[in-house]
Amino acid sequence: MVPRRQVLVAAAGAVLLSPASATETQVAALIKELVGDATLRQGRVKLDIPLLVENGNAVPITVSVDGPDRVRSLHVFAERNPLPNVANFYFGPRAGPAKVSTRMRLATSQTVVAVAKLADGSCWMDRIELIVTLAACVE
Amino acid sequence: MARVLINIPKEVRKGEVIEIKVLISHPMESGQRRTDSGQVIPRKIINKFVCTWNGDEVLSVDLFPAIAANPFLSFFAVADASGTISMTWVDDDGATQTELASITVT
Repeated sequence: MVPRRQVLVAAAGAVLLSPASATETQVAALIKELVGDATLRQGRVKLDIPLLVENGNAVPITVSVDGPDRVRSLHVFAERNPLPNVANFYFGPRAGPAKVSTRMRLATSQTVVAVAKLADGSCWMDRIELIVTLAACVE
Repeated sequence: MARVLINIPKEVRKGEVIEIKVLISHPMESGQRRTDSGQVIPRKIINKFVCTWNGDEVLSVDLFPAIAANPFLSFFAVADASGTISMTWVDDDGATQTELASITVT
């Protein structure tokens, strides 16, 4: 028979060990994996999201990359969502200018990060800190 | 089959940049929500979208649960030759849906 105290402690530990949200370090690790040895520079990429989000269930987001260089891929991360990934976009030979729009969920006020990988191997990023008044429902 | 809205111009000039807008009706159940009795509602989302123009890839997207229900996507392609634009969505359960649009390039 397991003492009740141990069960309670184990249960509390389980709650503490399963974080409800992604973290900055998780996002940083994902970006590191993506970028590899290349240096990640600020600029070129533009994240377009409202800074004050009224409804986190469907937030319009546009990501675009400046310049004539071919963009290989675009990646979007959210630092405080339950899962850090939002979307990855891979551009094929028929793609036009690298500009994509979609609608995303935001669980709470947080920072959204976009990373672009260009065909020449350079990596660029943009980040936006925004406030969410009505969070995407997780209940 | 889920309902799909597709917005692609019918006729374009060669070399023109066109915007492709697509929306598919899908709940994008994130796997984070619970029922009133506390059970996790299993994840069921569209996790992949691919668009090709006469077989050449325009864009492919990995979607995660952070994408809103009824996923909407807008992106750009360069008009090259008349033919078919194909769009495919892949569900978590393996189901796929493909929609075709014909386009005339002059």
